[in-house]
Amino acid sequence: MNKHVSPKMNRRAFVIGTAAVGTGLAISFDPVFGGPAVARAADGSPEVNAWVAIRPDDTVVIRIARSEMGQGSLTGLAQLVAEELECDWTKVTTEFPSPGQNVARKRVWGDYSTGGSRGIRASQDYVRKGGATARVMLIQAAANEWKVPASECTAANSIITHTPSGKTTTYGKVADAAAKLTPPADVKLKDPKDWRLVGKGVKRLDTPDKVTGTTVYGIDVKLPGMLNAAIKDCPVTGGKLKSYDEAKIAGMKGVKKVLKVGDTAVAVVADTFWHAKTALDALPIVWDEGENAKVSSASIAKWLAEGLDGGQAYVGNSNGDTKAALAGAAKTIEAVYNYPYQNHATMEPMNATALYTADKCEVWCGTQNGEAAFAAVLEASELPAEKCDVNKLLLGGGFGRRGQTDYVRQAVLIAKQMPGTPIKLLWTREEDMTHGRYHPITQCKLTAGFDADNNLTAFHMRISGQSILASLRPDALVKGMDPATFAGLNAKGDAPFGYSVPNLLIEHSMRNPHIIPGFWRGVNVNQNAIYVECFMDELAHAAGQDPLEFRRKLMKDHPKHLAVLEAVAEKIGWSTAPPQGIYRGLAHFASYGSYVAAAAEISVTDGTKIKVHRIVAATDPGYAVNPAQIDRQIAGSFVYGLSGLFYGGITIKDGAVEQTNFDTYDSMRIAAMPKVESIVMPSGGFWGGVGEPTIGVAGPAVLNAYFAATGKRIRSVPLRDQNITFA
Amino acid sequence: MANLTINGKTFTLDVEPDTPLLWAIRENAGLTGTKYGCGIAQCGACTVHMDGVATRSCGISVAEAAGKKITTIEGLASGTTLHKVQEAWIAQDVPQCGYCQSGMIMAVAALLNDKPKPTDADIDEAITNICRCGTFQQVREAIHTIASA
Ligand code: FES
Ligand code: FES
Repeated sequence: MNKHVSPKMNRRAFVIGTAAVGTGLAISFDPVFGGPAVARAADGSPEVNAWVAIRPDDTVVIRIARSEMGQGSLTGLAQLVAEELECDWTKVTTEFPSPGQNVARKRVWGDYSTGGSRGIRASQDYVRKGGATARVMLIQAAANEWKVPASECTAANSIITHTPSGKTTTYGKVADAAAKLTPPADVKLKDPKDWRLVGKGVKRLDTPDKVTGTTVYGIDVKLPGMLNAAIKDCPVTGGKLKSYDEAKIAGMKGVKKVLKVGDTAVAVVADTFWHAKTALDALPIVWDEGENAKVSSASIAKWLAEGLDGGQAYVGNSNGDTKAALAGAAKTIEAVYNYPYQNHATMEPMNATALYTADKCEVWCGTQNGEAAFAAVLEASELPAEKCDVNKLLLGGGFGRRGQTDYVRQAVLIAKQMPGTPIKLLWTREEDMTHGRYHPITQCKLTAGFDADNNLTAFHMRISGQSILASLRPDALVKGMDPATFAGLNAKGDAPFGYSVPNLLIEHSMRNPHIIPGFWRGVNVNQNAIYVECFMDELAHAAGQDPLEFRRKLMKDHPKHLAVLEAVAEKIGWSTAPPQGIYRGLAHFASYGSYVAAAAEISVTDGTKIKVHRIVAATDPGYAVNPAQIDRQIAGSFVYGLSGLFYGGITIKDGAVEQTNFDTYDSMRIAAMPKVESIVMPSGGFWGGVGEPTIGVAGPAVLNAYFAATGKRIRSVPLRDQNITFA
Repeated sequence: MANLTINGKTFTLDVEPDTPLLWAIRENAGLTGTKYGCGIAQCGACTVHMDGVATRSCGISVAEAAGKKITTIEGLASGTTLHKVQEAWIAQDVPQCGYCQSGMIMAVAALLNDKPKPTDADIDEAITNICRCGTFQQVREAIHTIASA
């Protein structure tokens, strides 16, 4: 390991930091599967390789690089390693190697970024190889001890058997010797049909502590001598902190310090968070809100509406000559939809704890991207990589928000002003609601043309609105275009459009208001699925055709899309009439490498109260590592998506976010929860994501059912703005 | 100064009487299983039992809690024997991120105390906690499993 960290390493860490959640910037790394120098886990047990350490009592410690925020990939990744390792699953435990260790060991654990539903699909190959390599080394170590050929030995359930003699030993007994061996150059992975653990809905590994209140989230960190900080950042993005009147809170109980955080925020540090927050609330603050204070939801809506017709637009997908086809169509249909800003509102508000001394800066936090958090610590502390580290904790929700590192930076900037004292920075819910990284706002005009026989001949979709990448990852723009905008609308790739239309044009007029956008579970799938699937439903009705039959005709070249759609249609009983008073709607979409569909059954009272009784949901993620967790991700994503559809919507007044807490940005409760029946139908041969793809289909399925029930189209989100609520 | 009885133990805490019980529990008594989610009695993450009644601890003051028997998630089990709700939560693999689950479990435990066999309507009325991960389907199933045991 280098004693001196070159500036090059710092820069590299910064590059990693910019590879935030969402579409990933591929940074290559060399997985090292062990080596002559035995590395040891924190408790001294030998590392067979970076992924596997085994204790003398046979406990298998599997290293997990990606973050666990509830999505279950900690368990899924452990299953993948354990499958190849052939270890006893009941003896498996996990740990998160720190980002600092990763950088120090030449990124032996690869990418830490946990977003874009990539946690499993982007690392399945090398984590399985990590498990397989360790197995080969453990067997070799036993064979060496017995002085027999390794080929005569097998391993199962953490026990190695020499078949001819029947001699056995355990992983724990040979781990030390195995760790000293040179790893095999190449290992063969199991054929998926031979999996015994992968594909099983085993229980999560992180549950027991979560039911006793003993799990330590970032908000629960306790360090000796720790103080607590509350913060207020300028309510208007782009504005600055002008002044504050510290004298007014002088002598308030517990207050230790009032300080500036960067150019835009002020924090109070106190003995307890409650004291810090109370004093901060009493502190007179003057903001310089700047130009953006003129912006409102109305001004944004007007600007976006202008983009629906005029000006330049990036073309994401096209074939034929759509404009000519529309001009010559026998009939055209047009509709305008919109989808608002949304806040992540993770259950645990943003927080981070930092300890800064002259030669070290350490942070404890929940993060979806340990390496980005690490890069933020380097930048804010101005210390080199070897003097920084981040201790990753379980997240009280992420949904994309914790891929950003603004809260980590703030914690370090505060701790830096109080060297030697650990500082826990916690955002109030109000700070969290008003300083999010919001799901971007868009409008969409859709125009379709039919020939005289009611065949769809042209489909024009023009999105006007905000790009996430332009703000968060400008390096990922392609000649100015944000490819992520076209999630589910592409001609090919891992988020392909599911229809073939002779003349197709899908384009984006990029308009970026000052509100900082972010990756919000499902990201651009949320609105794109509503735009496409609700409009397709409109077209089916305009053509006088059954919504399933209408779609089916356009999906001949999209068998994977069609398979999930037909699966939900069959299970909900689409071909037979629903019970009295129940109405149905369908939707499908593809993103993050997976194919998903939903069929909803709802009833409507007074035209305004929707009861969602049941949603049948199908997903084809290629391979299903843990179907029980996939089932939970589907139902959970529906809660998140439907909360956004019914109750969500962040609005802007005088440049600032208007919603402040769950009273103004509500979230679904159990009473509104439909019965979700999931169909997990992995067709094999590819690895798709799980956490996000399904979120998009619940909304359009419900909206289409609403039309079936009332004859009215809802084209604007959230529904609360139209006085429509859950029954 | 306030005297609070939490999980059968008396705590003498250096807090002002108007301090929300939530923060006294978390910061002064050091019991961090009870979570902060909103501070305005909306989300239920901070739910504890006060004399057996599910109570959102962010919404009541230390002064109001004095003299009451307070139980937090850390005090729900009897020694090493988990409460039946905790057991069911493990059996059903209910938690996702888990952050809301302390409050969810405390709310459900209180419901089952009042109504050992709750109907879906009872559940809808009594359990109004927010779970952003969306574990409601498992929560409902787990409650019914306990009720039918
Ligand atoms: S923190 Fe008390 S109800 Fe939300
Ligand atoms: S389990 Fe994450 S908020 Fe409920």
